[in-house]
Amino acid sequence: MKNDIMTIQSQRRLAEGTYEMILQLPHAGAQDTRQRQPVLPGQFLNIRLEGCYLRRPISICDWREDTLTIIYKTVGGGTTKMSRMQPGEKLDVLWPLGNGYDLSRCGKAGSDSQSAACPLLIGGGAGVPPMYGLCRKLVGAGVQPKVILGFRSAADVFYRSEFEALGAEVILTTEDGSAGTKGFVTDVMDGIRYDSLFACGPEAMLQAVDEKAPAEVPGQMSFERRMGCGFGACMGCSCRTKYGSKRICVEGPVMERSEIVW
Amino acid sequence: MVRETTPATVPTAAADTAVTLCGIEMTNPVMAASGTFGYGREFAALYDIDLLGSFSFKGTTPKPRFGNETPRIAECTEGMLNSVGLQNPGVDAVIAEELPALAEVFHKPVMANVCGGCPEDYAEVTEKLEIADAQNEAQGLPQIGWIEVNISCPNVKSGGMAFGTDPKAAASVVRAVRQKTKKPVIAKLSPNVTDITEIGRACEAAGADGLTAINTLLGMRIDLKSRRPVLANTMGGFSGPAVFPVALRAVYQLCRAVDIPVIGCGGISSAEDVLEMMMAGASAVQVGSANLVDPYACKRIIEELPQAMKQYGIKALRDLAAQAQVR
Repeated sequence: MKNDIMTIQSQRRLAEGTYEMILQLPHAGAQDTRQRQPVLPGQFLNIRLEGCYLRRPISICDWREDTLTIIYKTVGGGTTKMSRMQPGEKLDVLWPLGNGYDLSRCGKAGSDSQSAACPLLIGGGAGVPPMYGLCRKLVGAGVQPKVILGFRSAADVFYRSEFEALGAEVILTTEDGSAGTKGFVTDVMDGIRYDSLFACGPEAMLQAVDEKAPAEVPGQMSFERRMGCGFGACMGCSCRTKYGSKRICVEGPVMERSEIVW
Repeated sequence: MVRETTPATVPTAAADTAVTLCGIEMTNPVMAASGTFGYGREFAALYDIDLLGSFSFKGTTPKPRFGNETPRIAECTEGMLNSVGLQNPGVDAVIAEELPALAEVFHKPVMANVCGGCPEDYAEVTEKLEIADAQNEAQGLPQIGWIEVNISCPNVKSGGMAFGTDPKAAASVVRAVRQKTKKPVIAKLSPNVTDITEIGRACEAAGADGLTAINTLLGMRIDLKSRRPVLANTMGGFSGPAVFPVALRAVYQLCRAVDIPVIGCGGISSAEDVLEMMMAGASAVQVGSANLVDPYACKRIIEELPQAMKQYGIKALRDLAAQAQVR
């Protein structure tokens, strides 16, 4: 974990109450690549905001050598304040936090060249952003993931074209049917062949996905909790697993399907 | 009793930050408060925690506890609520895993925060820690310096604050712990009482060597959209800068009511807060919630102390506490 001051490079509204912010890392432009912090898809930032006592945990959507991209929803005073910040303004950030997705457990990738890995990525609403970084990593590793993106309605949809630009096959669902297939992400899972599963979204969605997917398919799911510190000190975000209690902020937010207690 | 360590930073000759707490020398009065510093691991990964005066480790019970359901955290203006509910691995795991790991990264006496549902629980945890530390103690290098008796946690159904809000019950817990250890016994008091000095005096009479004031204030938030309490446990403990004046007042009152040292705790987030707390009579201080927002909070406060002392014409911190106590 590092504590860095990052500069807002750009900010744009993606959908109703949804914003994309690109943050410039403090070492941006530096020749010394040793300063560069490795990031795993599924990890998050914890951002300090003027006037808010606790930091705001926000998942990392994407990362480059000199920048981080986050996508967040305005859910309260803090994130609303954040959405009004301008390029050039600075943020106090603890990062990267959490365990992230373990790509080595992605189906048969790397271990069996006879059959290509077919990971299925499912993102629901605010759970879509970490799926993007994961998708880019998988594509970079020569894997062709299938992606299901679920939203409430057409006004909430974001990043569909970004996923498609990576070369991923994207299936869009909306609850009201105003874009893509009408229904939930689980309504379109049946026709898809996959040998590993990665999901992030509301807990009810994750549980429904878990119930729908064949038990033998390995999978990882990312969870959200109200956090105090975000780095394992306060025990505010604990959850029960089949292997004892875990802290969402350190041993999570990504959990193996096989350990989750619903 | 003093452990030899190399100070991580050399204090300037003009500012003497050293204090003594119940006979144990500390290079500075800043401790991390129980429940905000775990058993030290997370922070030792970030900075040299030997910089601290000490810290009070996570409230430890006889058996492992998961704690309360989530959400356990709610934000407030200049503070937060928590209803963690004493999640801890239990004293046996603390002795087997946490204390050996801590010995690798922290070379000063730590404060052991003990808790339970009845006086016997507190006694059991204390006794086990006392036995585990006997060899270190015999060599004059105890790993555990003080036993902090948590009679003030608002987040557990039995024990905790139930003891700290009744003078007789508070005394019974302190007495049970007192019988099991030679180490200084510190009672951590709850602010959720009409007269904190009454509890403080009862603890002193029962054999406490010091007091920590204060634990969190009982509080609550409601989510406007769901019209339900934010915390799964409905109520929780309020902490953060907003409670600093309440803590300062409690320390001030206690220092005038008892003859044992008082550790000031509640909302401290700067070197100035440390000085103010010591002017109220505190012999040492504990930094709590600030660690959660800024993991380097204790380090920053300790490093800022000499400059703040200079600014307010304070040469030695121990004089500050002594002067405050006689006034």
